[in-house]
Amino acid sequence: MRSVAIIGSGPAGWTAAIYAARASLNPILFEGSEPGGQLMTTTEVENFPGFIHGIQGPELMQVLREQAKRFGTEIVSAMVESLKQVEGGFELVSNGQTYRAQTVILSTGATAKRLGLESEKRLYGRGVSACATCDGFFFKGKNVIVVGGGDSAMEESSFLTRFAEKVYLVHRRDSFRASKIMQDRVKANPKIEIIWNSEVTDILGEEKVTAAVLKNIVTGETREMPIDGVFAAIGHAPNISLVQGLVDLDEKGYVVTLPGSTRTNVPGLFACGDVQDAKYRQAITAAGTGCMAALDAERFLSGH
Amino acid sequence: MAHTYTDANFESDVLKSDVPVVVDFWAEWCPPCKLMGPIVEEVAGEIDEAKMKIGKLDVDANQTTAMKYNVMSIPTMLVFKNGEVADKIVGSMPKEKLMEKLAPHLA
Ligand SMILES: Cc1cc2nc3c(=O)[nH]c(=O)nc-3n(C[C@H](O)[C@H](O)[C@H](O)COP(=O)(O)OP(=O)(O)OC[C@H]3O[C@@H](n4cnc5c(N)ncnc54)[C@H](O)[C@@H]3O)c2cc1C
Repeated sequence: MRSVAIIGSGPAGWTAAIYAARASLNPILFEGSEPGGQLMTTTEVENFPGFIHGIQGPELMQVLREQAKRFGTEIVSAMVESLKQVEGGFELVSNGQTYRAQTVILSTGATAKRLGLESEKRLYGRGVSACATCDGFFFKGKNVIVVGGGDSAMEESSFLTRFAEKVYLVHRRDSFRASKIMQDRVKANPKIEIIWNSEVTDILGEEKVTAAVLKNIVTGETREMPIDGVFAAIGHAPNISLVQGLVDLDEKGYVVTLPGSTRTNVPGLFACGDVQDAKYRQAITAAGTGCMAALDAERFLSGH
Repeated sequence: MAHTYTDANFESDVLKSDVPVVVDFWAEWCPPCKLMGPIVEEVAGEIDEAKMKIGKLDVDANQTTAMKYNVMSIPTMLVFKNGEVADKIVGSMPKEKLMEKLAPHLA
């Protein structure tokens, strides 16, 4: 049986690996389907301490990976499909193979929420996009919808006006949650039209997106709107499918950790990063709690 | 090594190829594309050229081809067989997963 298995390769996972490897715990880390985690989807990270001029998200993740590798972290480039408690620890299944570990550090992070429509899946990459930075380019002179009311919805809307003819910002309520400065920027942009109190209930198109169905929540009225693209920016949800039914979750679905630690209600199972943090959700706090998880695991092991 | 495909050589190198061709549509500004770059290189190094060719197409410089095939999200990989699109793979993924998706298309 191994001493430490780490699930997830975001800043939390790699930091836990660096600490656990340096403590000679021979950690094994599962990268999952999004190697490098959320920062792989962004360009400049300007607030991670240690980089005067900022660093590209993917580059930061590459460096963290190399650092964890240098101290001997064993890396598995696959998802963990199941996790359960067994005598003396945990059993993980990944890519058809079974692994056993005395402690598990859960750093599965968070994933951008989708609208949850069948048509959204079908038209993904055909007008439905999860990355404005990547795909804005394909909407030159076209009309797009951005769904959401937070900072990221404001940011994506503003960004997309560089390419799109018109951006419709669709929001469920009659006011935004975003910071004032971002709201003001959106409201002042003549290319952005805000559609309040509405949601996208369907996306239409065969080969590619041609229209969206909008429902006004107040009047209940629905209408079809011709559109070329749909971007959802409706926040993030913690990746907890592995531990559902195993550990305590809070009402928002985040893993509950004991205050001041990364311990969960399951002995030997530690959680760090965005999967247990609805509040800060930063790379540096993920890294910080990753460090805590490795130290907590080390202490747990020495007590056994 | 991965090939470089362009609007100019697409017809001869991709559509007229005797073996299946995988084209990775990417751009400089797309972080997940840059993540896929080294993976695509690695996969290209491991797959026999007689069974499949693998290459990259910069959508910024080769918009005609990207538009023709309705690429609206990157990274997207299109698998071409006898000049036709045989598969469309959207998004970034680990090497194992990509290998798995390409396996059924090997000549
Ligand atoms: C566009 C964008 C820009 C951002 N910019 C900044 C910024 O400038 N500064 C900043 O501080 N923060 C920024 N953030 C937030 C930051 O990215 C997150 O707080 C941080 O990445 C959280 O790290 P994490 O390690 O908890 O998890 P994540 O980065 O979410 O990584 C989760 C990891 O878990 C893996 N995983 C999930 N399920 C499984 C499974 N079943 N088996 C194996 N592995 C699994 C995934 O593959 C992934 O590797 C940004 C986020 C986004 C989306």
